[in-house]
Amino acid sequence: MKTEKIAIDKRGYYGEFGGAYVPEMLHANVKELQDCYLEVLADPAFQKEFRSLLKNYVGRPTPLYFAKRLSAKYDTQIYLKREDLCHTGAHKINNTIGQILLAQRLGKKRIIAETGAGQHGVATATVCALMGLECIVYMGKLDIERQAPNVARMKMLGATVVPALSGNMTLKDATNEAIRDWLSNPSDTHYIIGSVVGPHPYPDLVAKLQAVISEEILEQLPEQTGRKLPDAVMACVGGGSNAAGAFYHFINEPSVQLIAAEAAGLGVHSGETAATIALGKPGVLHGSRSYLIQTDDGQVVEPYSISAGLDYPGVGPLHAHLAATKRAKYFPVTDEEALKAVVELSRLEGIIPALETAHALALLREIKFKKEEIVVICLSGRGDKDLETYMKYLM
Amino acid sequence: MNRLDNLFSHKKKDTLAIYFTAGFPKLNDTRRILLELDAAGTDIIEIGMPFSDPLADGSTIQASSQKALGNGMSLKLLFEQLKDIRQETEIPIVLMGYINPVMVFGVEAFCKKCQEIGIDGLILPDLPLWEFNNNYKSIFEKYGIHAIFLVTPQTSDERVRILDAASSGFLYAVSVSTTTGSSGRFNKEQESYFKRLSNLKLNNPILVGFGIAESKNFKIANKYLNGGVVGSAFIRAIEKEESVDGFIKSLRG
Repeated sequence: MKTEKIAIDKRGYYGEFGGAYVPEMLHANVKELQDCYLEVLADPAFQKEFRSLLKNYVGRPTPLYFAKRLSAKYDTQIYLKREDLCHTGAHKINNTIGQILLAQRLGKKRIIAETGAGQHGVATATVCALMGLECIVYMGKLDIERQAPNVARMKMLGATVVPALSGNMTLKDATNEAIRDWLSNPSDTHYIIGSVVGPHPYPDLVAKLQAVISEEILEQLPEQTGRKLPDAVMACVGGGSNAAGAFYHFINEPSVQLIAAEAAGLGVHSGETAATIALGKPGVLHGSRSYLIQTDDGQVVEPYSISAGLDYPGVGPLHAHLAATKRAKYFPVTDEEALKAVVELSRLEGIIPALETAHALALLREIKFKKEEIVVICLSGRGDKDLETYMKYLM
Repeated sequence: MNRLDNLFSHKKKDTLAIYFTAGFPKLNDTRRILLELDAAGTDIIEIGMPFSDPLADGSTIQASSQKALGNGMSLKLLFEQLKDIRQETEIPIVLMGYINPVMVFGVEAFCKKCQEIGIDGLILPDLPLWEFNNNYKSIFEKYGIHAIFLVTPQTSDERVRILDAASSGFLYAVSVSTTTGSSGRFNKEQESYFKRLSNLKLNNPILVGFGIAESKNFKIANKYLNGGVVGSAFIRAIEKEESVDGFIKSLRG
């Protein structure tokens, strides 16, 4: 497994972003993970089990699909990395499979998770059912309402879904509650964070587990195109796990443009937005230093996006670093632009994407590529959970 | 002399620290509550700097923080409210909060402001020890501000000593690994943890926090260590407009 692509120091910093800003109650847990995660990931027995489950349970490798009609429309070569075809319908399960195996090695009996769109919650509930572990998922009350199908799936899988009632009752608040649970249950509980956020080693751990996405692209692209590398890789970013996975093996390939879409909500300057890279300043939230949408007094601003998975005021420290060093470009995409992209992909390719993913697809209208250029878009999830929102939009 | 050092130079037992959130229940209550606590015989004042996402706090302090922020509370305003406080009282004052607002204010500017006002110590639970030792320790020392670290029942003896060495003023012993506002009488496990800390013969006095709502647990804390911190229970009392004096008297039993 090729994983050593990103410079991260031993305290978990990517340049000036990262670290582990946790209260003493979490020191032992975080330290235990920091001390063991690289060793566990490198252990051949772990890799064998992880790879076997990805292949036989998740359904990997996912196809790299040449989107002919979409390519014709934008006059370039567009390939879709079909993470929506993973078991449970999104890339999230790559991470939860890896972390549940890690939790088992640590002897943890109880699993907690936060979720926004519910995809990470479902992926966590799924692996807990698979391994017979107790699962508690924190989810903002607003998100429970707007992503009802995923709440039902978690319940079917035997998980307990606990509503987060503070703030805007979305992903940030669910993460607060999950961290509070973890610091109250330090010995028996593993916290499966769903994105490349949180204290070190989570951003690196999750990026390494999601790196399978770009690893497969590297294998599939030459078979289909004869080209070793694409010209651009695009993905959506909330916390940024599918983007981290899609970018991972291309970060040190300067010819590959890395392009991400963040959720602008009603517009970057509307006051109703989650465009962290556009608006954020360095700050500490949920255990790491990154860009953060905050007031001049250092209070976190409640974010907004139609997409529950991107409705977050921070971003993973890896992305803050890629943005600060200009290695990757981040563009804001509004609710309206994302919804248009949903309809477009559905009608042109017969694929209904998740609202989150649609933010990346919407960039095709913004960024002009040459006809012969190869653009890989990470199709991070499918849109079943968003059908109610889509129906309202179509009316 | 730092007022915390002065206090602990003569007071070894029954030290009572009270926490309350700045700007709560009303924006300009900060100073009034501080002075009432002083008059009622509190030993240390711990003022909470409200933060939008207080990860280590339970529902009571979360709600008070949200109310205070809604009232318009900010660090700038807190410093304004405390501007001439040293003309009225010499009680040790500690600020407690989360690292982000302090970083945004600027750690050096923040410590300088604390010194001007006469703040004696800072408790920033999500400030990692490494960051403190390498980036901030010299700043805290320059302005005479004590850094107070937390230990928990899960903290090893070896790490307790490291945190004791980094701390000055006092060491904050979290009674149980959880958020603030936990309840129930201290059990045998907690008592043996207090005893373990006491036997380590640390440099700093130790105050017990998290879970002291009434006199029974305060007495248990005093039996082994130097005293205790009360937060959520006091917030609930002032919310109900109970007498500050009565609250302190009943805690002291």
